[in-house]
Amino acid sequence: MTSAHPKAQDVVLRLESITKRFGPLVANDAISLTLHRGEVIALLGENGAGKTTLMNILFGQYTADEGNVEVFGHPLPPGNPAAALAAGLGMVHQHFTLADNLSVLDNIQLGTVPLWRMGLGSKAARAKLAKLAADFGLGIDPDALVGTLAVGERQRVEILKALYRDARILILDEPTAILTPQESDALFDTLRRAVATGLSVIFISHKLHEVMALSSRVLVLRHGKLVGEVATRDTDRHALAALMVGAEVTPPSVAPQRPGPALLTLRDLSTPDVGAAPGLKSITLALRAGQITGLAGVSGNGQAALSDLISGLTTPQSGAIEMPDMPDVWSPRTVVAAGIARIPEDRHKTGSIADFSLTENAILETYAQAPFSRNGLLNWAAADAHTRHLIATNDVRCPGPSAPIRQLSGGNMQKLILGRVLEASPKIILANQPVRGLDIGAITYVHKRLLAARNAGAAVLLISEDLDEIMALSDIIHVISEGRISPEFARGTLTAAELGIWMAGIGFADAA
Amino acid sequence: MRLEPIANPSLARSFGFPAAALVATVVIASLLAALAGANPLATLGLIVKGAAGSKFAMLETLNRATPLIFTGLAIAVAFRAKLWNIGAEAQLYGGAIVTVILGTSALSGIGAAALPLIALGAMVAGALILLGPVMLKTRFGVDEVVTTLLFNFVMLLLVSYLLEGPMKDPMGMGWPKSAPLDKSLRLPRIDEGLRLHWGFGLALISATLIWFVQTRTTLGYEMRAVGLNPQAARFAGIPVNGVLVKTALLSGGLAALAGFSEVAGLKGHLSLDLSPGFGYTGIIVAMLALLHPLGVVITAIFVAGIFVGSDSMSRAAGVPTYIADMLLALALLLMVLAIGLTKFRVVRG
Repeated sequence: MTSAHPKAQDVVLRLESITKRFGPLVANDAISLTLHRGEVIALLGENGAGKTTLMNILFGQYTADEGNVEVFGHPLPPGNPAAALAAGLGMVHQHFTLADNLSVLDNIQLGTVPLWRMGLGSKAARAKLAKLAADFGLGIDPDALVGTLAVGERQRVEILKALYRDARILILDEPTAILTPQESDALFDTLRRAVATGLSVIFISHKLHEVMALSSRVLVLRHGKLVGEVATRDTDRHALAALMVGAEVTPPSVAPQRPGPALLTLRDLSTPDVGAAPGLKSITLALRAGQITGLAGVSGNGQAALSDLISGLTTPQSGAIEMPDMPDVWSPRTVVAAGIARIPEDRHKTGSIADFSLTENAILETYAQAPFSRNGLLNWAAADAHTRHLIATNDVRCPGPSAPIRQLSGGNMQKLILGRVLEASPKIILANQPVRGLDIGAITYVHKRLLAARNAGAAVLLISEDLDEIMALSDIIHVISEGRISPEFARGTLTAAELGIWMAGIGFADAA
Repeated sequence: MRLEPIANPSLARSFGFPAAALVATVVIASLLAALAGANPLATLGLIVKGAAGSKFAMLETLNRATPLIFTGLAIAVAFRAKLWNIGAEAQLYGGAIVTVILGTSALSGIGAAALPLIALGAMVAGALILLGPVMLKTRFGVDEVVTTLLFNFVMLLLVSYLLEGPMKDPMGMGWPKSAPLDKSLRLPRIDEGLRLHWGFGLALISATLIWFVQTRTTLGYEMRAVGLNPQAARFAGIPVNGVLVKTALLSGGLAALAGFSEVAGLKGHLSLDLSPGFGYTGIIVAMLALLHPLGVVITAIFVAGIFVGSDSMSRAAGVPTYIADMLLALALLLMVLAIGLTKFRVVRG
């Protein structure tokens, strides 16, 4: 849809070796990119690959540690959202930034005119809005309250808002994540029209078919690094999937082992959708003793529903959970008592209480039982001794058991959580993204502990977006996509690219 | 400008900013006194003297601190679990109503032995008043700030109705007040001849018990966990809603004890001026104490001292007593700012 050989003077945006660190985590590692007039580039990558961070730097919400940004040949002052807007950048966020109780027109004008003049002198604004709507096929009633609009319409308002401010570069962060296929098609139509008028677009997504349909160039981010840049016409979905998740497969360090009986079976089980997050769609999954079951998939495809279910936070809508010692009530406390260890996806928000000490965090799941409490009275000496034991056996680097856990690095926090849940030699282990954001040392430690538990006969469910991790550790692999679970694949029977196809939702029985 | 958290604030920072806040409070209060046409230093001197200058003054301060300790504890317990109980005033009056009903009933026949029963009855009333808003919160997500706050007005109007109607003292010469408690049901005085009563002792015992509950029991651990991170608490298996209900019962009961103590210890009857906003001042007391139950005792005495001292200063110097409210408001605002500054530093850009 645009010339494959744009001229140098057509460059509208240039990022040069942008680096951004959050503590030990390098969210963006020397990323450079150029955007030309009338071009759509796609920024592709897993969750946590650094896409949103990069855009937040562009928009002045974050300040880059290194590197600089140039818009239309002029350097953009860092950390200044107003300058980014003035320079002609417009962003449509994944989560809308609209006021529900104001009209479409007011929302669009918000921030462009002083508040007390809103509603006055809006004749010109109406005319401009009407022209934009006609030019780009974004028909919408300017007097409708935003709160009454459907999701797709709200997104049109967001796009109109950017265009109204004369944005020449439009950035869309996961714009189709919450749209129906029809709304997505309408959006693409709008974007094509916009590009035809000379607008440039950066399109952030992890949906391969959209990237293929819309963009002229694809940039792939992985672990904060730019790992590939290809012209869309020279590539295909499979190649992109491989780039996105990393094609290199770590040789297995796992000795084959005959699996034992199923310790936890989910049979034909469904859970309801929660907002935009899909529920489980009659899945069947057996976790067997002495086996690591890897669950691959792009985040947001039902992993949360599965994890919440096994964690005891939710109960199935239909279908059955089967365990040898099935608890009468399915709740966090009873599943822990039944021998399920849970390593939650978000160790900061779910796995620990930041302002609690290490000791208080160490007994979070066991405080109500002896020796940590009797008759409602806590035994801090026992809790303290237990914590010191966990610190020593798991090599947790910390100031001491009474320090607040928020002072710990992610790796040390995860080691304590790992120690907490694995201390009682659980029969079943749910590890949801157990190494996300960790440094190499901590990653190795977490993997070692999971393998040791598996070798000792535990059934492990490893949920990860990282195909390398899944392929290195799992005895069998399932892929999850839109709440459906693929058949099981034995270790080494599928390549990363083949798994990537399943991850894109192709191959499921009911897939189109 | 933005705020950046400080991982390990230095000792100088931890104490310097709160101390500076106190100094700033005194300086601004002096300016206000000067505005009112009085000598600032003399005014402050009179406040201190009025609050602590004699045995009488000190006991009066402790007397005034008693209901503030109860309401401060009620707020501290609730806020610790992030349960925003703004309705301590309503719970106080609930406790006072039950105290009068039981204290003028046949129970008076058994004398002082009935006092614990009456106190318990008052606590149940306060607990039930807070239970409603909390059930609405846990079941339907109704904001408890609104419901507990509105309950204050409902209770005041209810008290007004009761005092004009069913509970009106037939011997009260038409004043809207209840019949007095039987003499045998009055809390004994700690100091014969002066007004300090055993409600103060009960307040100290309550503060110690709450401190014990918060630091040594599973319930206290659960309440803190729920307050700091309900998501992690739920994941770990803590019954979040159940903990909120227990917190509400405890908080409402404590606030009701303020009503019990004021009726049975000080006034002897129920009237509409039983509480000059003890339920609201309890929020200041609890916040200044950083929600620590033993700290509540100290800040309640401090706050009571400002009120008692200002009353006495006002009589002597002619400066309006409103200066007490301004002093407290200033102290709270500046202290909140100071505590923020011990944890965050302001960064340019």
